[in-house]
Amino acid sequence: MSGVPQKRSLLVADSQLTKRNAAESRFKIYGLAAIGAGLFFLVVLLSQIVMNGAPAFFQTQITVPLTLDPAAVAKAEKSMMKTAGYRGMLEEALWNEVERGGIETQLKSPKELREMISAGAPGNLREFALADEGNQGTEVRYTFAASSRVDGYLKGRVTREGSKDDKGIRPEHFDLIDALVAVGVVETRFNLTFITGSDASDVRPEQSGMGQSMLGSLAMMFVVLGVCLPISVAAAIYLEEFAPKNRFTDFIEINISNLAAVPSIVFGILALAAFIQFGGGKLEIEALRASAPLVGGLALSLMTLPTIIIATRAALKAVPLSIREAALGVGASRMQSVLHHVLPLAMPGILTGTIIGLAAALGETAPLLLIGMVAFVQTDIASIGDFFTAPNVGMPAQIYIWAQRADGAWYERAWGGIILLLVFLVAMNAIAIFLRRRFERRW
Amino acid sequence: MFDAKISETTVTQNDIKIAARKVQVYYGEAHAIKDVSVDILDKTVTAFIGPSGCGKSTFLRCINRMNDTIPICRVEGDILLDGEDIYDKRVDPVNLRARVGMVFQKPNPFPKSIYDNVAYGPRIHGLARTKADLDEIVERALRRGAIWEEVKDRLHQPGTGLSGGQQQRLCIARAVATEPEVLLMDEPCSALDPIATAQVEELIDELRQSYSVVIVTHSMQQAARVSQKTAFFHLGNLVEYGDTEQIFTNPVDPRTESYITGRIG
Repeated sequence: MSGVPQKRSLLVADSQLTKRNAAESRFKIYGLAAIGAGLFFLVVLLSQIVMNGAPAFFQTQITVPLTLDPAAVAKAEKSMMKTAGYRGMLEEALWNEVERGGIETQLKSPKELREMISAGAPGNLREFALADEGNQGTEVRYTFAASSRVDGYLKGRVTREGSKDDKGIRPEHFDLIDALVAVGVVETRFNLTFITGSDASDVRPEQSGMGQSMLGSLAMMFVVLGVCLPISVAAAIYLEEFAPKNRFTDFIEINISNLAAVPSIVFGILALAAFIQFGGGKLEIEALRASAPLVGGLALSLMTLPTIIIATRAALKAVPLSIREAALGVGASRMQSVLHHVLPLAMPGILTGTIIGLAAALGETAPLLLIGMVAFVQTDIASIGDFFTAPNVGMPAQIYIWAQRADGAWYERAWGGIILLLVFLVAMNAIAIFLRRRFERRW
Repeated sequence: MFDAKISETTVTQNDIKIAARKVQVYYGEAHAIKDVSVDILDKTVTAFIGPSGCGKSTFLRCINRMNDTIPICRVEGDILLDGEDIYDKRVDPVNLRARVGMVFQKPNPFPKSIYDNVAYGPRIHGLARTKADLDEIVERALRRGAIWEEVKDRLHQPGTGLSGGQQQRLCIARAVATEPEVLLMDEPCSALDPIATAQVEELIDELRQSYSVVIVTHSMQQAARVSQKTAFFHLGNLVEYGDTEQIFTNPVDPRTESYITGRIG
């Protein structure tokens, strides 16, 4: 074998060292590349979402002087299709505005303006007319939504080229829109309805909003938090601090870990069977019915429980043994040692786990499909009871419904819905971070 | 070649505080403490010495039933505190630990204020009726812990912000705040520098006025400096127990002699 190792200069790198250094720098490059790829996808994703979704927050509106003739209102109210008469009034008012401004158009009659007016606008005008007698007979500047085609044309979603075969909107309409935009009759404004409104029928995307589904998701989050936090923390504390180590607790532990990996749709069908069919049907519990956020929240709770239990146990485990010993050493009981010392120290970790669980629940769609929280919902929420039990949808379910619809305006709104979902999520995380800071500052 | 100063305090005939009889401790199958019988005196510092793994800490933790928290640990035999069996079914370890305080190897103050650290024990045992009472208990405990002068102006700052030696004295103050009768110390100076160690040792000597102190230590010099009685453990057996002076100058058992002269351990 070799004899005395040769003395080498520190200043000269030997081949082995060069190799090691090369391996290290290669490893760094892989890591950087992975992070770079991640960042790239994040940027692509966010820019896509913002580019596609931002237009949903704006809506093209038409503002014209309008005098509601009480006689015409009365006549419209007598007919079968009450809103039909109001549509005529809007068409008339817009036509008058076009003539007064001396705008040239190939369109021949007010009737032909129909394609430019939102299908929901007549209904709104009716509400406006009937809300107050004073609104009738005097001239007001009335603003109503343009149709989704007009809206799409101004946002670049609808083009003259692409509308060649469109039976409704014609080049003459596009000319008129351009002219009306020039004089300020047609303009794009911030779309508050999208944030506060509820779902709308297929032909009225301009009247739809995420408000209703946000309330649905909020209600479900309250249910999940209210159900999961106490149960999970109690279960985790018992398992971690008190339970004897035996086959039974091992079995429970394995099952909790397995539950965390069960596909969410399984929890959906479980909720359908246990809460709606058994609880609501057999036991006739009024609050447990299909489409209720209470049931949705319970279904999501089933899914979230194992996540929070596992996170809480990890947080408890991370509290050093010395703290427990210190508490026991001065004569604290086991429960005092846990409640006074271990739990407060574990609290930031528990909160983080809870928020991760809630965030997963917020974005979950599959269980909602099975318990009927994917439906056309326009309920107005009148009371706290309604908040939890009136039929509703969750935000992801609402997005899912819209993404299935044909009109490009719905596609835009689905993206917009995703922006709101993300904002909701970020707000939740912000609360969690705030709470964490507060708890940490105490120590 | 042992040249530390032997504790000069004479051992007076004190009452027996803790009497252990034929104590066996098992960790699962392992027999950690074998047939240990020892009388620990009141108002005396007793040192447990011996090589690593000899069972001295295990035995110490039997005295306040700290081993109860380890599921596989089993204790047999009798340990009597003032003639009462502490492993009797009727004994609640919570009461026992209020009377037998403990200071751990690593300073482990609660991540709370200095005041709350000391006040915690008295609070949960209901020792103070008013805020003024509690203030008084805290001050007395901190004075006994020889740390009052250093922290009296920052009682409401976190205990974890103190230096290592201060933290350990805070832990001692916390232990004495519940008015225990026995103070168990598990290598209390092993994480401290020599100056902090000297302070704690001085403190231990003062605590002897009021308590029966049992200290586990790896440092034979420390045992010689602070204790009046010394017990030498080896492989789970109590090899020799006697006056510290006798153990260090004239050990009976050859194993003790080998250990204190540095041949085993």
